[in-house]
Amino acid sequence: MTKTPLTLEGLETAYDALATAIDRAGPDRSELFLVKLALLQAQALGDAREFQKQVDAALQDL
Amino acid sequence: MHTPTTEARPSIYYNYEVFKPWLASAHPEQARQKVAIAGSGPAGMVAALELARHGVPCVVLTSELQFSQGSRAICFTRRSMEILQQVGVADRMTEGGLPWRFGNSFYRGQRVFRMEAPHDPDDRFFPIINVQQQYLEEYLHDACKANPLIDFRWGNKVNAVLQKDGYAEVEVDTPEGPYTLETNWLIAADGGRSGIRTAMNLPMEGASYEGVFVIADIRIDLPFPTERRAYFDPEWNPGNTILMHREPHGIWRVDYQLPPGETPEDALRPESLKARIDAQLAMIGHAGLPWEMDWSSVYSARTLTLPDFVHGSVIFTGDAAHLLPIFGVRGANTAFQDAQSLGWHLAYVIKGLAGPALLQNHSTERVGAAREIIEEAGKSTRFMAPPSRGFRILRDAVLSLSLTQDFVRPLYHWRTSRPHEYSHSALNCPGDDNALFKAGPAHGAPPQNVRLGVSDGVSADEKDFLLDHLGGGFDLLYFTDSALPAALQQVIEQARTRGLPLKVTAVGAPYVVAGAQQHLPDADGHLRQRYGVPANGAAYLLRPDQHICARWLTLDAKRLQAALSHALPKL
Repeated sequence: MTKTPLTLEGLETAYDALATAIDRAGPDRSELFLVKLALLQAQALGDAREFQKQVDAALQDL
Repeated sequence: MHTPTTEARPSIYYNYEVFKPWLASAHPEQARQKVAIAGSGPAGMVAALELARHGVPCVVLTSELQFSQGSRAICFTRRSMEILQQVGVADRMTEGGLPWRFGNSFYRGQRVFRMEAPHDPDDRFFPIINVQQQYLEEYLHDACKANPLIDFRWGNKVNAVLQKDGYAEVEVDTPEGPYTLETNWLIAADGGRSGIRTAMNLPMEGASYEGVFVIADIRIDLPFPTERRAYFDPEWNPGNTILMHREPHGIWRVDYQLPPGETPEDALRPESLKARIDAQLAMIGHAGLPWEMDWSSVYSARTLTLPDFVHGSVIFTGDAAHLLPIFGVRGANTAFQDAQSLGWHLAYVIKGLAGPALLQNHSTERVGAAREIIEEAGKSTRFMAPPSRGFRILRDAVLSLSLTQDFVRPLYHWRTSRPHEYSHSALNCPGDDNALFKAGPAHGAPPQNVRLGVSDGVSADEKDFLLDHLGGGFDLLYFTDSALPAALQQVIEQARTRGLPLKVTAVGAPYVVAGAQQHLPDADGHLRQRYGVPANGAAYLLRPDQHICARWLTLDAKRLQAALSHALPKL
């Protein structure tokens, strides 16, 4: 797991990549796509507790 | 008046025998029984055979006049076979059964996971063997019939149970009308829909899942090996799961989930069954292959257990005590372990070798096992039949990822039924050397089987295993090549004088040694290695269900006495 946060430029790239991918997946498939992505990220993170923190953060202010 | 059908059940591969009902008028007045067992499924009959093995007679009351309809349970685990070996039917199971160890999960035509169950050369039995339940019941019934301590009563239906002071009064209905049976203990082995549990209004803890599955046994000639096949989200049944198993006698089990909202009645209509089975056959590349239906039924997944199996004079066992989902073959396989455990715990209480605390220990251990199974089976069930939108989306995401990503594939593996380890059992000896061992089965664990005599030139088909030599009471494995110390022999003798069956096996002795009933040479030291025994003087104490309750690197008379007293609480 890398401790270095994304640069603003990197975050913007991720932002665009995610938006484009959601559009490519289409409204019926975007949820499936996002969950697949989340599982890949959880695996890359390699830390179930850290992942839970991210789940909790994402659940806020919906 | 109870009138069970006298017409043989239909089957395309099994000839049902219709037995004669047991009628009270044909028998002399009966004294109060020690044990009556309601139900003659796998749990009831194994309980009867185990009780008889420990010298306790019983009456088996069974409502119908024949074995169960359809094959129901088909997959039996290694531990189940070890238990069935103890009651004398493992050879017949092996003869007619199909052993296997691989499972396959398919998604979009690709095999995305292959389960390989380990098969240790030290194991006599395969991880799983497929046998139809009617055959299992026939083998168990033959064993019951041959046992003079078992009074088997076909056509005897338990109508009502009245708990009295220290015994139960059971109203039993028969084709000539009801009679009353008094019994000190009543074992309720009357299955998932237990009438006794319902009448006693006992709540169960756990969850029920909504997914409904059809289970169908068909005769068909499919060119697949005996392996489990699971198909996820196929085009003909979107979002749902199909399971297939080979059974003996040219039969295949097809098990498929129904779309939400469909009623069991609709699902079991012949046209509906035919359309779906044909669709499944087409998907696996065998469209149009002829097949014939034997039996079909529906079920839904439940993970429920009674929080206590002992209620006054009534003891629940098997499906009557808990309802477990089939994923992971947990029904009958759990029932065997329940019944084996109940057999010796109850027998020892009846024989006065221990107090009622021992029976409470049975309940605590087996409720613990049921809860552990529920925890594990819940995970499998949530994958196989997702109970909510969230679980469904995650499952679908895993299916999709599994086509390219290795790391999600193990999620397909539902944990198969395994013996519970009673690690925290009250019977485990607190002052032994359990923690000092570096290998071997620990406190509460089932025994590790070991192939014997390999270095003595025993031929490959002449198989001899440790568990072939154990059982029927407490077993002491004492590692030695010479006579047992006199003080140790004295403690063993004293225990036997009190009526405790305690068999001593000298391991590492190539000849008869004083104080041991049998000896195993273990010339190559393989058994000692698997049991983590570094030197002579070590020992393992096995309970009558073969689970370990004490082990020592150095055993002496005092330590053995302490372990025996601890395993048999007097209160």
